[in-house]
Amino acid sequence: MSDERTLDMLESKIQELRELNKVEGLDLSSEITKLEKKLSQMRSELYAHLADWERVRIARNPKRPYALDYIGAIFTGFYELHGDRMSGDDRALLTGFAELENRKVVIIAQQKGRDPAENRERYFGMVRPQGYRKAIRMMHLAERFRFPIVSLIDTPGAYPGLESEENNIGGAIAASIDSMINVAVPTVAVIIGEGGSGGAVAIGAADRLLMLENAIFSVISPEGAAAILWKSKERVKEAAAALKLTAPDLLELGIIDEVIGEPLGGAHKDLQQTASTLKGRLIHHLDELSQKTIDELMSSRYERYRGIGRYTTLPG
Amino acid sequence: MAIFKDKQYFRVKLDKEPDEALWLRCKSCGELVFKRRVRENNNICPNCGEYFFLTAKERVESLIDEGSFEDVSEPIVADDPLDFQDEKPYPKRIEEAQEKTGLPSAMILASAKIEQMPVVLGVMEFQFIGGSMGSVMGEQICHGMEEAIERHCAFILVSSSGGARMQEGAFALLQMVKTTAVRARLAKERLPYISVMTYPTTGGVQASIASLGDIIIAEKGALIGFAGRRVIKETIAEELPKNFQTDTFAIEHGMIDRVVKREDLRGELATVLRFFQEGRDE
Repeated sequence: MSDERTLDMLESKIQELRELNKVEGLDLSSEITKLEKKLSQMRSELYAHLADWERVRIARNPKRPYALDYIGAIFTGFYELHGDRMSGDDRALLTGFAELENRKVVIIAQQKGRDPAENRERYFGMVRPQGYRKAIRMMHLAERFRFPIVSLIDTPGAYPGLESEENNIGGAIAASIDSMINVAVPTVAVIIGEGGSGGAVAIGAADRLLMLENAIFSVISPEGAAAILWKSKERVKEAAAALKLTAPDLLELGIIDEVIGEPLGGAHKDLQQTASTLKGRLIHHLDELSQKTIDELMSSRYERYRGIGRYTTLPG
Repeated sequence: MAIFKDKQYFRVKLDKEPDEALWLRCKSCGELVFKRRVRENNNICPNCGEYFFLTAKERVESLIDEGSFEDVSEPIVADDPLDFQDEKPYPKRIEEAQEKTGLPSAMILASAKIEQMPVVLGVMEFQFIGGSMGSVMGEQICHGMEEAIERHCAFILVSSSGGARMQEGAFALLQMVKTTAVRARLAKERLPYISVMTYPTTGGVQASIASLGDIIIAEKGALIGFAGRRVIKETIAEELPKNFQTDTFAIEHGMIDRVVKREDLRGELATVLRFFQEGRDE
């Protein structure tokens, strides 16, 4: 089966032919049509049988839209607010005000970098304690002024480093979960790319948990699981499949509420289309949640998380 | 699956099994020491002071008043929601861990007394798949906190865990949220929650329920942190200090309230419980 790279090569060849086609005296349109048909057919085949590991690769594709791309395409007037008021401003986790068709919301979003310089600044989307403490500050702010929270999740995981541990990254994640589960406003979380372990859960304990079709959500990276459980880093494909980390799998397991469809080939093939689908679903969920009283909201959120888990009850 | 038929198997009792060997060699100082003396000494080497692992049963015994133990765990065992298989099928790993530890899961949950004061006590068993937190442990922790609310007493959790149980995927991951949600109920009732971190308290356990104690006590020799040393070295290639993620590291960086020697743990828990109890009674 062809992989994504082959398709991308074919696509750029078609583009070259289109350029050539403009040259006078050359008519390549029938070839172009044929190739376009072939491309679309190959793409359908590839994405109909997408292996879990392929999805991991799409979720990590550096062309994939990041939080700021969606914020720009879905919300208006994003007004960023910086800093945890204690130790710094984590550029891997952005917060701020925005409007969604006249609905005021607080945004908490994990942001990866597009180029090496930006990735240095944003730590490849790996959040440090000051990032989670900023998120907590914004949750309290949102509660005080009754703004719903939209969180966009896209992180390989919390930043694993000396600095993180010295500043109690584990404690910061715990405190962030604690704030999020108890914040008395509607909350919607969307995993837009990578939902890496505790670093993702920290801003994911929401009333509604949505996932883009090619996003992943996992207790450990496939590489980590392969190294620990299979004792071999090569076995990432098996690990990816075993972990049930794709959106369709997690919907079936009842972990998430909804899968947000992406265009064929992934969200990066058409940001506007992906963003417009997501926007519609965000509005739907926020409006539905805003119909509830705070008591209803808090008790259904509690029941949802209190009930998570699968085990066998012994007879007798 | 034969063991599942006998529910009695899963009632935790604290009777000691007879020793097979009389002696053991301390891995730290290399001396041959009497097993019985090690046991009587809280599993601390009588020669060099090295801490050996306490099983969850031994830990419970070392903390509570004699004869006050009552198993209040829910009668549940691990399911295999992902149909997970690595080098072994997950149910096989569970079965082996049950046989090895004599426990139904990686947690003992008891109602007991510490110096006459009632507590609900949860203790993790590291020998049971690294004390990892899956659906069963998450549920037992929640149930323990609810029992504490019911009995209007303190909740104590002794952690010894590598983190979330990989074989249960997102179900395990979300136990971080579940336990945190119930923890807030305990706070609302103004009932104290004391978290005791032992070797090791890491990953998803450290990044959720273990870090949310009103009081956090680390046992001397504990390992406390989120990401493992190996992961950090591989991802970041950073030199790590010698005391990285140790008890001294944790207290120096303000992550915990106190570091306590194993033999003093029971007494210090009683001190803390007494302070809270007197406050509540007035």
